[in-house]
Formats: sequence, structure tokens, C-alpha cells
Amino acid sequence: MSREAILGAIRRGLKRGALPDDQQLALRARMAAHPRHLIPARGQVPRPEQVALFLHNVEKEFGTTARVAGLADVPGAVADYLAANNLPSDFAIAPHPELESIDWSQRPMLALRPGRAQASDLVCLTHGYAAVAETGTLMLPGSGQRPTTLNLLGDTAIVVLRASRIVGFMEAAWDLFRAENHDDVTGGFMPRNIMWVTGPSRSADIESTLELGAHGPRRLHVVLVDDDPSALT
Amino acid sequence: MLATSPAFKANVKGALADVGLQKALAFTRPSFAGRRAAAVAALPEFEQLRDVGRDIKDHVLGNLDFYLETWAANVAKTGGTVHWCSTADDARAAVLAICQRVGAKTVTKGKSMISEELGINEHLEKFGIEPVETDLGEYILQLRKEPPSHIIAPAFHLNREDWEESFRASHTDLPEDRVFGERRDILTEARKKLREKFLAADVGITGANFLIAETGSSVIVTNEGNGDLTQTLPRVHIVLASIEKVVPTLEDACALLRLLARSATGQDMSVYTTFSTGVVRPGDLDGPEEYHVVLVDNGRTGMIGTEFQEMLRCIRCAACMNHCPVYFTVGGHSYGWVYPGPMGSVLTPSLIGVDKAGHLPNASTFCGKCESVCPVKIPLPKLMRHWREREFERHLTPQTMRTNLALWAWFARRPAAYRLATRVAAWTLGLLGRKRGRFHSLPFAGGWTDGRDLPAPEGETFFARYARQQRETQS
Repeated sequence: MSREAILGAIRRGLKRGALPDDQQLALRARMAAHPRHLIPARGQVPRPEQVALFLHNVEKEFGTTARVAGLADVPGAVADYLAANNLPSDFAIAPHPELESIDWSQRPMLALRPGRAQASDLVCLTHGYAAVAETGTLMLPGSGQRPTTLNLLGDTAIVVLRASRIVGFMEAAWDLFRAENHDDVTGGFMPRNIMWVTGPSRSADIESTLELGAHGPRRLHVVLVDDDPSALT
Repeated sequence: MLATSPAFKANVKGALADVGLQKALAFTRPSFAGRRAAAVAALPEFEQLRDVGRDIKDHVLGNLDFYLETWAANVAKTGGTVHWCSTADDARAAVLAICQRVGAKTVTKGKSMISEELGINEHLEKFGIEPVETDLGEYILQLRKEPPSHIIAPAFHLNREDWEESFRASHTDLPEDRVFGERRDILTEARKKLREKFLAADVGITGANFLIAETGSSVIVTNEGNGDLTQTLPRVHIVLASIEKVVPTLEDACALLRLLARSATGQDMSVYTTFSTGVVRPGDLDGPEEYHVVLVDNGRTGMIGTEFQEMLRCIRCAACMNHCPVYFTVGGHSYGWVYPGPMGSVLTPSLIGVDKAGHLPNASTFCGKCESVCPVKIPLPKLMRHWREREFERHLTPQTMRTNLALWAWFARRPAAYRLATRVAAWTLGLLGRKRGRFHSLPFAGGWTDGRDLPAPEGETFFARYARQQRETQS
């Protein structure tokens, strides 16, 4: 059987048999502790600077941002963004409780369709779980409340993110995720899919020259909700 | 993939005469190195992170059996299936069996060098299943029936005219008089064409940049989003991964991710870094019902415990080829198999045999740039030298070269004879070249003088001058 053949070949190469129990135990302890390695200083800054760094990095990676005071201001920010960019006012939206709690009727022109994205959707809006200042990266775990297709199929992707969910570096985002999630199917914490998204889709395959909007969204817009007093400058 | 590595010398002649290729190489070279340099300069900890990356990979390789077993057990918990494949044949058969069982007609594919190594596309086509490459670069190469020339920028050797020509020849349902005014027009047409394929595919095949032991996840890193559409929309997701891709934890992956994009494209982070863990969960609104990982050895276990083990640290960033003077002279296709540049010159002989790929480790100036940019500090020149030694030991080196090496070795071991011979040579060449100061051509050195002149020696050897100057300073 190939499995035994591969494991056997590895052990022959390493000139040993299967790892002794005490060494296996040590490796299991390492995985259980999942120690961090060197964390760059750029992500280890005070809260207001983390938020500023996140916004800076999103824009550096060709995303756009808008900052609003509360969830109630989200419909206005979304409507303004769509109008300013000549985009349709109907969009697919993640069926996430926080987005559902918003009174969208204050902007009657907006037409929302909760659910996963369809191939014909031009605009998709989803809810950001967390974000990483270090690189301007959004953490978008897939679930019934955050369908993965919303990150991919639309021409324009809009992500609503609370400022309190911005962390300095990747490992801190994993800490949040490990603490807050449990997957009943596997007994672990990983859902089927987690996407880390840094800017809109792009390709440099044609003459090594960057073009936005290869297969995924051409535009990525982050609506940041300032729910964190400590993050305000 | 059939290797043309034995014909390396002929491949190089063709590449040097290829005007389009030379134009693309000259155009791309400064930007590849420049982007990495800018990203590295912006992260003061980058050099320390290279040590971290090396240590993580060494730790994994020393315990590879344990981490693979742990990872596979965790894949099983997520409803996924691991197919352990010792050979390329095993892996092709495993992929085909899955596709046939689910009655697949078309299969979309994210970019995967393992797929190139296995020749998955040819195999599926043979059985009437249509594979569709969805990475923009891989897509045009599939239309043109060409292999990739680079591991992360597979079609950078093509110019805009080539794209336009291939699209007109292949997309015959579109109006003939359409205009490709900008690169964007090419991209838009590909996006539209491939969107149909994404939606129609029965199976999606991707590679993997990492496998995470603690969670049983596979990770892909892309910029276009094609890999994500490939693994999200079809009913079945197949991951192709080689055994050395496993890392223990998400934190280990984070450390390597900080190195990968910066070394590859000069980005701080690629656009999409996606962690896939098993099959669709209850309540999910999208995602595949089947998740398979075809785990491939294909010669890698043979490198463990040998002087080539360090090559298995490679994270496929392409920094080595992006900084290689040989690669940017001859292009990727000259190397004749899946992996070009310095990493290919070490890996290819390991995987297909030094008898077929012996030219590759010889095609190096040993300038050391590859090792100095490698994010996991693989000593590539040293490993190429090991291949040269093995080639020599197995009597694969050409007779003239062996004779000359033997001749040189005889002199090198006899200092008096060496000094006498070099003195005679320097004196003779100095006398002959006194007038012009250089030689346009020399007997037995045509390969050198074809490309440049040899400066004439001044008549004195280094040894002689050094001894003379020592005497002069002492007196």
C-alpha cells in the first residue's frame, strides 16, 4: 500500500523507525501550544495605529475604504459608494445577524438579496470576521452566514467590518478564531473554508504588468464601523 | 511531462535566437528583482524570518512521517479523503478514478506545478475528460499547447501579440473585428470565457502551498481568484499536494506566508490565501460535497537523508530563478522539464535522474545570487555541485571534460609544475597579445571568445607578481 510505502521510505531516509512515543508526545505538545514565531514590529502598534495601518494597507493593495460611526450608517455609505461608482443598487448580501439587524429601508433604492452569490451578481456584500493590520487583510470564514461565493463572484465586493475586529498581525486573528469557533462536524475549530483577502483580484500574467479584476472582484470596498473607542485617533 | 532536459544545449541555442523570448526576458528581469527588493526593504525582520522559515521546514522534514500521519488523520475527521500515491502513475490513476466515478465531463484547474509534473491534463484528455486551466497564464499556455516557462509567472515569455493571436484563433465564436487595444481587453475576454467554465465544471483541481497538520487543511495562495472559484463551485474538490508541503500549525504557516509573497511577487501578502478543510458543512450555502487530497511522493522520499534533503524546504516562490543570470539568458523552456532555474537544476535531476538532467546543474555561473535570496536558505550552488560530483562519479560527464579535469587535477596537485605551466602560458599569451591587449579568438576557447574578448595577460602570473610584491614591501 502506498501509505506504508511512503512512510517507510521516509523512515528509511531518516534512518529510524516510527517516532518513539516520547518524541511523538513532544510534537503533539508543540501542535497543542502552536507557538508563534517572530512577529514583525509593524503589526505590534497601539490600537489607533493598527486601524490606520489596516486602512493604509487596504488602499495600498488597490482597495477602497469608508469609515462610519455606527452600523446604522452602513446603508448610507453603501448607497453612496454604489452611486459614486455607477454601480447597480441591487446586490447579494450575507445572511449574517449583524447585517440583518441594520435598517436598510432608510435607503429605499437599495435592493438586497440575502444568500449566496449567483453568477449574474454584479455587487456582493459580506461581513468581515476580523482583519489584519500588518498586511491589510480581511479574514472571511465561510459559513451559512458568510457564503464563500460572495467573496468571489461579484464584480464588486463590499465588506462591512467592525474596527474592534482589527488585530495587528495574522497570529492574533488566529487566536480570536480559535477561541470563538467550534466545528461540530470535526470537533475542531476550522470551518470548510477560510479566505484571507488582501485587495481586489489581479493578475500580472500578461507581459508582467498588473491588471485588476482577473477572475474575482475588480473592486474591493471596506466599510469600517467605528465601534471601538480605543481605536479612534 | 516528457523531459527535453537531455537536449538542454540545443534548447539554449533556440532560446538565444528567439527574438520574442529575448524581448520578454529583457522586459521582465528588472521588475522581478525590483519588486522583491522593495518588499524586503519594507520589512526589517525579513532576514531573521529566513532563518525561521528554514528551521520550520527542517523540523518538518525530520519528523515528516509523523506530521503526514497527523495531517491525514485530521483530513479524515473533516470528511475528506487522502490518496497516498508513491508514483506519478498512482496519482494520475487516483485523479482519473475520482473524475470517472462522479461522471465528470469538464474539470477546472487552479495553477499547480505538481499537475504539470504528473501530466494530469494529458491523462484526463485521453479518457475524454476536458481539463480547463483557469490561471490566466496557464490558460493561454493550454491554448498554445506549451508548458509553463516559470513556476509562478507561467506565460511571462509571451508578448501581447502572442495573446491576441491565440485568443483570435481559439475564441472563434467572438466577432473577428474585435479590438484588443489594451492588456485589459485580453483579460476581460479571458474572464468571460472562463466564467462559463467555472460554472459548468463537475470537478475542480487545485494545488496546495501548505498542508496544515493540526487541522487537516490545505492552503492555496493566489492573486486571480481562479483557484478559489475552482475549489468552491464544483461538487468535487481535488487537491494535488506533494509530501513536503505539510507544516505543523497555522502559526508555522503564518511565518512562511510572510516569506512567500515577498519573495515571489514582492507583495506583502497575495490577494487570496485560502484554507480549505474538508467538505461542505450543514448549513453552508456553498462549497464542495467531496474533498480529496492526492498526496504525491514521486521521488521525493528518495531525497530524504541524502545531501539533497535541503531542497525539500523549497516553497516554490521562484526568487531563485527571478535573480538568475542563466535563467534570464536562456528562459524557462530550455531547462526542458517542469521546474526551471536554480531550484529546477537541483530538483529535476532528483526527480527524473541525473542521466537525463545532468546539463542543468552544470548551467550555473555559481554566482550565489539564488542562495542569497532563497526564503528558506537552500544552498542551491552547493547542491548543484553535488550533482556535478555524482555525474562525474557515474561517468556521465563527456570524455573531453573528464580528460581536461584529470589534466587540471594533475597540475593542481603539483605546485611546481602548476607554476611552471601557468608561467609559460601567461608569458606566451602576453607576448602574443601585447599589441592589441586582447584576443578575439583562441584555440580550444571558442565558447568563451564567441561572446566576448579575452583580455591578454601582462606576461606575469599571479603567483609571480604576489611573490615579487612581497619581496618589494619587505625590502
